[in-house]
Formats: sequence, structure tokens, C-alpha cells
Amino acid sequence: MAESVITPALHSALAPAGAHAQHIDSMWQLMLWVCSAMYLLVILFLIAALIRRRRGEGSDGTRGLSRTLAAWTALIAIGLFTLTVASYLTDRALVHAAPEPQVSVLVTAHQWWWNIEYVSGDPSERIRTANELHVPVNAQVHIELASHDVIHSFWLPNLNGKRDLIPGRTSEISLQPQATGVYRGFCAEFCGAQHAKMNFELIVDSPQDFESWREHQLSMGVAPADELARQGQRLFMSTACSLCHAIAGTDAAATTGPDLTHVGSRRMIASGTLPNTDANMRAWIENPQRIKPGSQMPVVSLSPENLDALVAYLRVLQ
Amino acid sequence: MSPTGSGELQPQFMGDLATLPPHAHGNRSLTWWGMMGMIAIEGTAFVLAVATYFYLANQSPDWPPDALLPELLPGILFTALLLVSVIPNVWLQRVAEAEKPQPVRIALVVMSLFGAALVVIRYFEFPALLVTWDRSAYGSILVTLLGLHTVHLVTDLIDTLVLTVLMMTGHGKGRRFVDVAENAIYWNFVVITWIPIYLVVYFAARWL
Amino acid sequence: MTLDTVNRPRDGEWLDEVATRARLDATWGDAPGLWGALTTVDHKRVAHRYLITAFAFFVAGGLVALLMRVQLSHADEHVVGPDLYNQLFTMHGSTMMFLFAVPVMEAVAIYLVPLMVGTRGIAFPRLTAFSYWIYVAGGILLWVAFALNIGPDAGWFAYTPLSGPQYSAGKRVDMWAQMITYTELSGLAVAISIIGTILKQRAPGMSLNRMPLFVWSMLVMSLMILFAMPAVMLASTFLLMDRLVGTHFYNAAEGGDALLWQHLFWFFGHPEVYIIFIPALGIVSSVVSTFARRSIFAYPLMVLALIGIGFLAFGLWVHHMFATGLPRLGNSFYTAASMVIAVPSGVQIFCWIATLWAGRPRFSTPLLFVIGFVIVFVLGGLTGVMLASVPLDLQLHDTYFVVAHFHYVLIGGAVFPLFAGLYFWFPKLTGRMLSERLGHWNFWVLFIGFNLTFFPMHYLGLAGMPRRIYTYAEGLGWDTLNSIATVGAFLIALSVLMALINMIVSARNGPVAGANPWGAPTLEWATPSPPPSYNFAHIPLVSGDNPMWEHRERLQVLRGLRLDKRELVLTSALDATADVRDPSARPSIWPLLAAIAVSGLFLGSIFTPWAVVIGAVPATIALIAWFWPKDPPAENEEDDEI
Repeated sequence: MAESVITPALHSALAPAGAHAQHIDSMWQLMLWVCSAMYLLVILFLIAALIRRRRGEGSDGTRGLSRTLAAWTALIAIGLFTLTVASYLTDRALVHAAPEPQVSVLVTAHQWWWNIEYVSGDPSERIRTANELHVPVNAQVHIELASHDVIHSFWLPNLNGKRDLIPGRTSEISLQPQATGVYRGFCAEFCGAQHAKMNFELIVDSPQDFESWREHQLSMGVAPADELARQGQRLFMSTACSLCHAIAGTDAAATTGPDLTHVGSRRMIASGTLPNTDANMRAWIENPQRIKPGSQMPVVSLSPENLDALVAYLRVLQ
Repeated sequence: MSPTGSGELQPQFMGDLATLPPHAHGNRSLTWWGMMGMIAIEGTAFVLAVATYFYLANQSPDWPPDALLPELLPGILFTALLLVSVIPNVWLQRVAEAEKPQPVRIALVVMSLFGAALVVIRYFEFPALLVTWDRSAYGSILVTLLGLHTVHLVTDLIDTLVLTVLMMTGHGKGRRFVDVAENAIYWNFVVITWIPIYLVVYFAARWL
Repeated sequence: MTLDTVNRPRDGEWLDEVATRARLDATWGDAPGLWGALTTVDHKRVAHRYLITAFAFFVAGGLVALLMRVQLSHADEHVVGPDLYNQLFTMHGSTMMFLFAVPVMEAVAIYLVPLMVGTRGIAFPRLTAFSYWIYVAGGILLWVAFALNIGPDAGWFAYTPLSGPQYSAGKRVDMWAQMITYTELSGLAVAISIIGTILKQRAPGMSLNRMPLFVWSMLVMSLMILFAMPAVMLASTFLLMDRLVGTHFYNAAEGGDALLWQHLFWFFGHPEVYIIFIPALGIVSSVVSTFARRSIFAYPLMVLALIGIGFLAFGLWVHHMFATGLPRLGNSFYTAASMVIAVPSGVQIFCWIATLWAGRPRFSTPLLFVIGFVIVFVLGGLTGVMLASVPLDLQLHDTYFVVAHFHYVLIGGAVFPLFAGLYFWFPKLTGRMLSERLGHWNFWVLFIGFNLTFFPMHYLGLAGMPRRIYTYAEGLGWDTLNSIATVGAFLIALSVLMALINMIVSARNGPVAGANPWGAPTLEWATPSPPPSYNFAHIPLVSGDNPMWEHRERLQVLRGLRLDKRELVLTSALDATADVRDPSARPSIWPLLAAIAVSGLFLGSIFTPWAVVIGAVPATIALIAWFWPKDPPAENEEDDEI
């Protein structure tokens, strides 16, 4: 599945695809118009001041200038007041935009990946995944944000503004996506060596697709069918992999690194760094430090056959 | 035509500065303004340190966290002696501004003794805090508040000692009196800043 | 009272000008050679070295930025890796903010304020000399650390806990935090000197309402420094303590708070940018007034605007923290405050343009740069208004939009005015004019290069590009604009090179400048170019706010100051009535020795807290020696010396 061309993800604040981003976009439009108008006035005044014809030494015009200054100051004050009120109203709209969350997620930022857990009343319905969020379109989504180590920031430009994740505190953000599609998210607070490659994806599904994804996520990791994949599983459990990564339904239960139960079906790997193809997966496992120097995943020396086996096993984990 | 041919204007003499005095006290002296600048800087640092205390206290559900509250005795002794020292200090400022050498010398010795005694008591205040700076954020800010004030105490003591020596060794003329008076004003600052810091260090956690 | 003019010679009409100046030069001049250079307290010489050092750091910080731009010009570049890149952007920001922007403004103040207020020297001259050595020590520390691969890599703002002991091992962040201590100490010292000079050493008659706007701006800057810099010194000291001795200021696990750092840092950081910007406004006023050939329109409003900006700047800092989840109502207050500061800025822009409107502009290079300032800075100010809105900021924060914003306000608001000031005052400093032709080229290359570099970044930020990333993936659509920005960056570098060439060539071969080549109104233009060690042969008497325009034939002056010892006049703070004759400190080696002692203390304390205690001994000795009176006291009151 992963070999096919990946649909490019959207990632711009200028293309709002959620309720919150729409409100912010209106604020942006207002700002752009008002500020451009003010700027134009300043430039026109400057040009006029420089090129106007002056009649003799005495011509001064300062009385007119005093009145113009008063008008100018009033204009600035009115303009800023308007923008302040509009900003406040937009803020209120954001607060009220998603009052009844239908999907609750807990996102914990790590250096340099995103731990994602779907929260529900029933503990057996716990979903743990990494770097790829799924939500149904038009749903109100509530995300609680925490950090495992340093300050990070959760940002989906098409959906909402960003929110920092600060160790020792929890914060929260709401989303209400209005169009299906794939959206790229960024870490937007410098968090160390691999801040640049701490990206994630939000996949907005139709309600049915979301439900089937959710059901599937609740299942255990698929058991390997062919010998190569079985060899991969044995390697996984016996080498360094299981020290950090968990696969539901196996003995691997560590939570230091991303959960890999369904890694085979994700669009990207290494926290939004590479498309999830076999070749990329192989390259990543072989030498993570070449792709994300400084990341927490160590280089484990493996023979080419063992690498193939591991890749085959991880591909099974759809 | 300019005096040196460089395009400067010719001077036109309008008045005489020679009759002005060669030094003056209070805000007529540059030293006063420099000292006010120092007070602004250090005052700001103190305000921010106290603000840090309350900020951290506010964040914490449990303040101080498992620590004992400071013992009160050394702090009381220090504060009492510090307040008493204001009396000779005010006298010192007055005689310095009146430029009377012998009273100034006596007052400086008295202030040096007060300062030294206070530094000794201050030495015993640190263990009386009953917390070390690496124990918790509470310990960190408490020790820092006391430490910041101690730096001012010690530097003013050194300044006082130097001025005492200067006045005793024949340098007691003119501008030196200005320096002595300014140092006395600075001592008032050391006293005034102690009051809020004292209350915060010893009592804020009890009252919050 | 008769004056003994033989044993205590004073200036006056009885002595001829040439003899007067010779005596003054003997009194106020320095020893020749290296000793003179190390002991000088001549504010002009100290300012010279500040200017050269700050410019060198500007170039160094700029070269680092060029490397960053090359790395970012295409997706997935491998010019530099993440570790080096993170050091580069940290060095770029830290160098520009701490080692260039504030020091250069202080340098301009150190040089010009005494001249502009009509006095012979700066207040607390040894303190000024000391501050230079501390500044350069801090800068060298940072760059040597970088060269030795222990340069800081946590950003110029070093947020905790990333910069704390757990996530930044080694001494990298300590180098940065201690550099702060050096540079802030230096800045605070200079601020005290500037305030003393402005409030007590103005020429008689220069009441506050006759003080040039440049001097007002330096006063506001210096006062702001007193209240802002302690915040970052405290913050960085807490950080050093967390890292070195195990305190927990920023450690949430033991009751500390990561956001405490941000509050303390930005309480300093926001005023800091106005500390950089306000002096530039002073430069703009000087240039506009001279080249419009008219006083600045609405002087009282301009003064109020400066003071207003100075105060308001302290009430905005939370706008750097809108994404941290602070209570919404509090955030809204900071939106309003951040918007309000646009009002005095807007008034000032109007007044400068109005001055040009009412005057008769001459399009010399300084005025070109001021025009560039208006065009660039106002755009940056308006994107600042955008960022003031909390909801909009939550999209734009920590993206390239912000990078665009602050470069527009900092380069537009500080660098363009600095270039204007360079072309304006270079003749005064060196006695030679810079080439106007090269100056015009300089301006256009900078203007075009700057806009090419930073305008596209507005779009990049909106299109999702976060800050402080060492690379970005293919297919995000950011490549073209990034490449354009890189080209622009090289144009900026070219313009700086042009300025450097202009300076070097013109210093030797430029047209000779007289005292007042531009026909400017303020007192620094009453002195020869370059001014002698004593600045003014006689203290000026001021009777208006444009002294050089009011008296075009003769300069009104006062007689009576001693020629055989360093003496200047103190005046009252508001009305500048002559009050006291004050001695000015003679050259001394103690500022340098004290700076070495203090530097040693700071350097040692990166490695062990005991350095503070041990280092305090030589530092105290040096300071006592510095203040110890030099001459044996004489009987006669009038001879009393420091």
C-alpha cells in the first residue's frame, strides 16, 4: 500500500479547512485590508512630502499639518480599536467553536515524535498510536496536550492556531475539521536537535472511514504469516526494538518510543519525515542517525537479511 | 573666520563659570545620580526576585513543599540591629553634608562596626532557613533572596570601610564628604530593601 | 574674589584661542601609544572601539546568517547538519541582539551625547571605559566557545527546560548565559554614564525643552536599560544556578516552572527591542531635521511619544507567550497594550514626514536611508499589529512570518537609521566625507536585498514554515521563496561590503569635512571634525533648541573653567542652570584591570561557584584602587582632586 504515490498533505494557514482556522482567517483578512490601507496612506504622505512643490521660503503649512496630525492620530486609534475588538470577538468565537467534543485525544510530545492516545470512557477502548491522527469530518475534537520533556508546540495550520506543550502543565486545543483530506502538522517550538523533523499528519476521514479505522486500531498487532515476517518478529522481540517500542498482542510493551502496532498502515514514518515505503523503512531502521541525526533511536547493526525480515514484519502490522 | 580655520564659529563670551563651587551634595553631585541609577537597577532586581517568589508560590499547590518554615530568631536579631543602625547612619549623613571631619570619622567607625556585626548575624540566617537551595524551587528562591541582599550588605560594608580608611588617612576633604554622604544614602537603601525581603523570606509562607 | 589666573589658568577672552586649545589638549589628551589606548577615558576613543567592535560582530553575525540561508535555500540541503545549524541560529540571534544592536546604539550615545549637550567628557568616564572591556570580553567568550564547538545551541532566547541541565548537557548554554552577564553589566554601566551626562552635564541654558530629540531618545533608552536588563541578568543567573549548583527555578518536578524563564526573559526581551529602536528614532530626528532644513514638527509630542513608548514597552511582554496557554483575559490585555504602542509610533512617523513636508528636503545619502527606514519599519510595525491579535498570533507565532516581522522592524527600524547616522556623522568622527555616489548604491542594494530576503518570509510563515528548522522536506512548496530569500541575503552582504569599502577609502581620501559640512543645528557640529580631546574650547551657552542655526556667526560661550586640570560644569537637571564645577576623571589603568578581574570571576563561575568567592578578591582590590584618590590632598579647597 505504501509504495503508491502519497497524496500531498495540506499545510497552510491560508487554506482554512476547520472552524477555528476559518475564524482566524477572517481576522487575517480584516487585518490585511486595514493594515494595507494604513500603509498606503503613510507611503502616499511620504511621497507627497518629498516631491511636492514648495512656494518660496515662507511657505510652511504647519497649521494644516497640526489638524492632519490630529486626524491621523484619531484614525490610528479608531483603526487599532476596531482591530482589538475584532481580535477579541474572534477569540471568543474560537472558545465557543467546539463546545461539545465528540472525539477526545491526548497528545504527548517527545523529543522528536508525537504520542497519540484516544481517550474514551472504557479503558479497553484505549488506542495508542504515533505521529498520525485520524478524526471524522465535522466532528468536534478535543485534544489535551502534554510534554514528556521540553517545550514543543502543536500546529495544524489548516485547522487552528498552535498550542505549546509545556512539561509540568497540560494545555488543550480544539479542532473541527470541515473537509476530508490529509493535513500536515508541525512542531512549532524549538525543541532541540530534530525540531525540524518532528512533523505529524492529521487525516480527516468520512465518519464511516473513521469508525473502521478506530475499530481496526483497537485490534492487536497482526500476526506474521510468512517465514520472513516471522523471522522479523523474532528479531524485533530479541533485539533492541522491543526495549522502546510496543506492539499490542506481543510481549513488546515499552512506551519509550512510538507504538508500532499498526505502523504498516501509516502514511509516513520517523514523525512525518519519510513516506512509509519499504525502502524508506529499511533505510530508517538501518541508520536512523543518518536521517535524523541526534534522534533517540540508536543505530543497531543488522545484516541485510535481518533488515529485510524486520521490514517485512513491520509491513504486516497494518 | 574660525580660530583654527576648520569652519568653527568664533566664540562670544557671555558669562563666567569660575565662581561656581567645586563640589556640592545631594542631587547637585554626579555621584548622587550614579547611585540613584544603581538603586534603580538593584531595586528592579529585588522586585523581580520577590515577584519570582510569589509566582512560584502561586504555581505550587504545596508551599513550602515539605520544608520547615525558617527559624525566626536570627532574622529578628538582624532586622532589629539593622533598624537601629539607621540612627547613626542619619547622623553620619548629616555631618557629612556639613563636612565636619571628626564627627564623620566617628560615625564611619560606628557604621563599620554595625556593618560587621550585621554580616556576622547574616551568616547565621542562612542555616536558619532550614532549606538548601538545591532542595526545591522554594529553597532556591529563598536562599537567592537572602543572598542578593547579602551581596548588597557586604558591598556597602566594604565601601564604608574604605571610606573610613580614607577619612582617617588625611583624604577627608571636599568631595570625600560627598562620597560619605552618598554611601549613607545607600545604606538606607540596604535597610529599606530588607523590609519587604524579610517579610517575604520569613513570613510569606506562613501567611499565604 | 580675585582669581589667580597664573597658577590656576582658566579659559577666557584674555588668552588667545590657539594657546587655549594647546593647553586644553595637554590636559585632556591621552598618553601616546599603547598605554594611552589602555588608560584612555576619552569618550570618543572608547566609542570608536565600541563602534568597530560592534560592526565586527555585525559582520560575524551576518556571515553566520548567510550560511543559514544557503542551507535553507532548497529542501533537504546538506550544507550544514542540525547540530551546527542550531548553533548558527543561536549565534546569529545572540550576536545581533547582545553583541551588535545594543552596543552599537550605546556607542553612538557615548560618542555623541557629550558633544550634543555641550560638555567636555562623559559622566563616569572610567565606568564607560570599563564597560567596553567587559563587553568585548563577553563577545570573545561567546565566539571562542563557538569556535571550540562548545557554542550555545538553544536559541538566543534559550527556553527552559531545553536549556536546562537535563536537556542541554555540557557548557554550551553556560557560555551563552554568562555572555549575558558580561553584556548586561556593560550595558547597565553605560546607561548610568549616559543618564548622568544628560541630566547633569548639559551646557548651561539647555533646558529639557531645548534638548535635541536625539538626546531625549538616549535618555529614554538608558532609563529603560536600568529597568529591563536586571530581568535577564536574574533569569540567566537562575539558569546558571540550575545548571551549576542544582537549584530548581525552572524545574517543574521540584516546584519550579519552565514559564518562569519566559516571563523573566520577555520582561527584558520586549523592552530590549525598544532599547534598540528608540535610539534609532533619535538618529532619524537628527537626520530629518538637518536634511529638511527645519526643526522637527511638534517637538513636545515627539518627546511625549518617546517617553510613552518607553513606558508602554514594559507592558507588552506576554505577547511573546500567547501560545503557552495563559488565561485568555490576560492575553487580551496584552493585545490591547501591544496595539496601543502603535499610536505614539504612528505619531512619530507622521511628524517626521510632516517635517519633510514643511521643510526643503535635500536627498543626500542620510536622508535616503531615513526614507528607507520609513518604508521598511512601518511595514514591520503593521505586521506587529497583526501579531498583537491573539487568535492571529496563534497561527503566525514561531513561523517565518515572525522572522519577517522582526527583521522589518529591526533592520528597518535600527539598521537603516544606523546607516543614515553613519553617513551623517562619519565626517564628524573622521574629518572626511563618505562618497555620496557609493552611498546611493549602498542604499539601493540594501533596500532591494533586504526586501528580497524578508518579504517572501511573510508568505512562508502563512504557508506553514516554522522557525528554527535546519531543513524542510521536498514538496512543501517553500523552495522558490527560500531561494529568492537567499539571493537577497547575499545582496545585503554586498551592501555591507560597500559600506565598509566606503568607510575605508573615504577615511583616507574622502573630501575633507569642516566643522559643519551639512549645516546641521546641534552642538556637536560646533567642534572641529574630528573633535579634539576636550570637545569644546569653551563651554557653550545655549538659548534655543537649534544652537547652530540660531547663531550662525558666533557661538555664545562661557569662560572660567580651568585649563590645567580636567574640569567641566554640572548644571541643574531641568533648567540647566550652571551649578557646580566638577572634576572629570583622568586616564587610568584601573578600569582595564578591574574588567580583567571581573571577567575572570564571570569566566570561572561557569565552571565552579567558588569562582564567585575567590574572584571577588581581585575584583574588590581593583575596584578599591580605581576609586582611591590619586593626589595628596592640598590645603586649598579649589585644588581638590579625585
